[in-house]
Amino acid sequence: MPAIIFIHADGKPDRVETSGGESAMQAATRHGVDGILAECGGNAMCATCHVYVDESWLARLPAIADDEDALLDGTAAERRPNSRLSCQITITSELDGLVLRLPDRQV
Amino acid sequence: MTASGSAGSGVPHLDVDPFDMTFFADPYPAHELLREAGPVVYLDKWKVYGVARYAEVHAVLNDPATFCSSRGVGLSDFKKETPWRPPSLILEADPPAHTRTRAVLSKVLSPTVMKQVRDRFAAAAEERVDALLEQRSFDAITDLAEAYPLSIFPDALGLKPEGREHLIPYASVVFNAFGPPNQLRQQAIKRSAPHQAYVAEQCQRENLAPGGFGACIHAQVDEGAITASEAPLLVRSLLSAGLDTTVNGIGAAVYCLARFPDQWQRLREDLTLARGAFEEAVRFESPVQTFFRTTTREVELSGARIGEGEKVLMFLAAANRDPRRWDDPDAYDITRRTSGHVGFGSGIHMCVGQLVARLEGEVMLTALARRIAKIEITGEPKRRFNNTLRGLDSLPVTITPA
Repeated sequence: MPAIIFIHADGKPDRVETSGGESAMQAATRHGVDGILAECGGNAMCATCHVYVDESWLARLPAIADDEDALLDGTAAERRPNSRLSCQITITSELDGLVLRLPDRQV
Repeated sequence: MTASGSAGSGVPHLDVDPFDMTFFADPYPAHELLREAGPVVYLDKWKVYGVARYAEVHAVLNDPATFCSSRGVGLSDFKKETPWRPPSLILEADPPAHTRTRAVLSKVLSPTVMKQVRDRFAAAAEERVDALLEQRSFDAITDLAEAYPLSIFPDALGLKPEGREHLIPYASVVFNAFGPPNQLRQQAIKRSAPHQAYVAEQCQRENLAPGGFGACIHAQVDEGAITASEAPLLVRSLLSAGLDTTVNGIGAAVYCLARFPDQWQRLREDLTLARGAFEEAVRFESPVQTFFRTTTREVELSGARIGEGEKVLMFLAAANRDPRRWDDPDAYDITRRTSGHVGFGSGIHMCVGQLVARLEGEVMLTALARRIAKIEITGEPKRRFNNTLRGLDSLPVTITPA
């Protein structure tokens, strides 16, 4: 199964094994990764699973949908060009090794 | 209250009435019975299917094509009975109609909008705590759980000052009306006329102050997102579901923190836990206990065959304490990872005002924990009975300043 790497705001990495077809957010909450809050449970409503995607991976992710785009305007930490909601990133084998940086806060 | 032998389809039949006063007084043994009887049960009293385990509740919530909302999310089937009020354009609607109206309310109550109102909501919470510190002994429901949302939400909506006393009674009617035709529902509807008249009036564009949530909904008419006749009904959704729910949510949180002083202490030591403390109270108490769906076709759910046009009652509160999903489910733990609880529902109908609720809860608990050392319950808490909502009518407390 593909693994992804969360890098905390303090620079500490957290490698997480994903299971079939789950989102980066689900993998993070299942492994208790601090820094992903996911208050709405993956329904694209709360913007508390915000991540900064490592630049080298950005082009390989699916495009941002309109609702995600609107939610990203409301993230607690600054929105950057590489901001995404991790609940909207489904992990496939092509994303094995994906690097996601965590903002310093989610609310 | 017993689980009798399985009938025809293998679904256990139960003689539990989840809308009975004795059920409301202590729902937990019945929730356990419902959960343990099977993944799907049948409630003979109201001739409905029921799901009380997390997996099935979550599955029903997330399959709106099979388990629809347009035939009503209460017991009444809108295909067979005339609804007591014009149906909601969002709660009692299915895609594609629902998608459009939902987008409007999501926009009006978005994270971006919450950032704009945050300071105002936080300042009002501080003012409420100022008043409570003067009182020392008070009713945590009337003076806190009700007074705080009443001090901000009607203004945030842009309502006129007159007539606001109708708001909580109106919401009470709405949530009672989801239940079966028991005394609670019949009496609520019988007395609803003045509250309905008030609400219908306030939903009109000219009665909503500029800049408020209500005016923002009407502004969507100018954008072409909704029609002029749809806008008042969407404002009505906020009036129905935006106040009493947060009253019960904040009431639940205060009741939890007063009952579990170790958790209160933890919160006082780390105020960043306030938001989690509120969220965990929503899981633990589930202010919204139940909702129905109606099947649009014959469906098999966890081995049970359910015909078309059947009502399915989802026990959100039981799912939120299902030991299959939660460790130590009956413990109130403010550090718990609550993501995935169904206190706000799940899927396309998940509470559109969840961000307002969390913001109110967070800033209120932060203000309380910063300035109050101790909350003691000084009298018997009194329950408020409603077919859908779980909360208290009265919670006498005495506080000690920090």
